[in-house]
Amino acid sequence: MHEMGIACEVLAAVRGEAKRHPGNTPRKVGLRIGELAAVDPEALRFCFEAITRDTDMESLELEIEICPFRFRCLSCGHEFVVQNYDSQCPQCADMKTECIGGQELDVAYLEVEDHEPSAAGAKSTQ
Amino acid sequence: MNRVPLEQKVLSENDRVAAELRARFREHGVLCLNLISSPGSGKTSLLECTLESLPRDRRVAVLTGDIQTDNDAARLKRFGFPVKQITTGGTCHLDARMVERHLADWSLANMDLLFIENVGNLVCPSSYDLGEAAKIVVLSVTEGEDKPLKYPSIFLKSELLVLNKIDLLPYVPFDMNAAVENARRVHPAMEILKVSCLTGKGLHEWLVWLEHRRRAIKPVETEAVT
Ligand SMILES: Nc1nc2c(ncn2[C@@H]2O[C@H](COP(=O)(O)OP(=O)(O)OP(=O)(O)O)[C@@H](O)[C@H]2O)c(=O)[nH]1
Ligand SMILES: [Mg+2]
Ligand SMILES: [Zn+2]
Repeated sequence: MHEMGIACEVLAAVRGEAKRHPGNTPRKVGLRIGELAAVDPEALRFCFEAITRDTDMESLELEIEICPFRFRCLSCGHEFVVQNYDSQCPQCADMKTECIGGQELDVAYLEVEDHEPSAAGAKSTQ
Repeated sequence: MNRVPLEQKVLSENDRVAAELRARFREHGVLCLNLISSPGSGKTSLLECTLESLPRDRRVAVLTGDIQTDNDAARLKRFGFPVKQITTGGTCHLDARMVERHLADWSLANMDLLFIENVGNLVCPSSYDLGEAAKIVVLSVTEGEDKPLKYPSIFLKSELLVLNKIDLLPYVPFDMNAAVENARRVHPAMEILKVSCLTGKGLHEWLVWLEHRRRAIKPVETEAVT
């Protein structure tokens, strides 16, 4: 339900970073979303398309990496993907484990396209 | 194509404000608790019971969030403690900015305990840090024992689960053991209290939990002063 707010934050992050690369068009933004981040990737895509339509960011691609729910065993240090919420360590059967993944909601990277400096100049003659 | 690593949290602006709030709560020794549940699980009822049983000189305040109406604030004001309604006007969760804004004319120096009742919603509030010391999730027995598995995010992030409306257990096929097991599957270290805001059962344990948690805050403050 709050994906619209999330989409706006992502766009703001893109715009902030794009300012640091004048003349280069942002092409793709990479997000990391945890399985348990309470964010629906499809709803987020929908919102993102809605707020970028008919703007300079219209062609910006959204790449979403879903991060699995992962625990680390506090006894043996083994890290594992949690299946069916079974938090027991598959290596040593210990129950004392901590969550180390699955709640991500990060902007990982931005891909920008370099433009030929002349392209902008040629356009402004008309 | 040139890939620039950003590595920032999507909600970094909210997180920044929340971190500021957390630092202020810590500085003033305020225990801030964020109550989350689906609509109608009994957040306001639990706060009513709590305020009713606290001595009037306790330095407690409440911020209560809803999409519309100030009904909850009206219910909570009866007990004489400072209460403020946050009406979000459509937003399905509270964010740190709203809390900051509504705290602006309250003095944290005169406060020991701040309850924030979030908007009734088991999903979105879990993404927004409000600077609280702990999130508390309320689940009532009429909602079904599978909710921790269906809405894992909030159960993972909450320190305490309050299972409310246990007076209704004779009337609903709610499997209490399964509910506890499901909650601990998602969050093995979760604390769980079973209460009824109607009959008062289990409320003593809740008040003990609160007092215990409040005491744990205080030493931090004295540490900082010395
Ligand atoms: N039987 C029973 N009813 C309860 C209990 N606690 C709350 N209720 C009732 O449940 C309804 C909803 O309670 P509220 O306290 O308003 O719930 P809430 O979580 O604050 O609701 P929102 O703020 O709208 O999300 C009310 O009619 C309460 O009287 C309880 O322990 N037992
Ligand atoms: Mg309420
Ligand atoms: Zn192990």
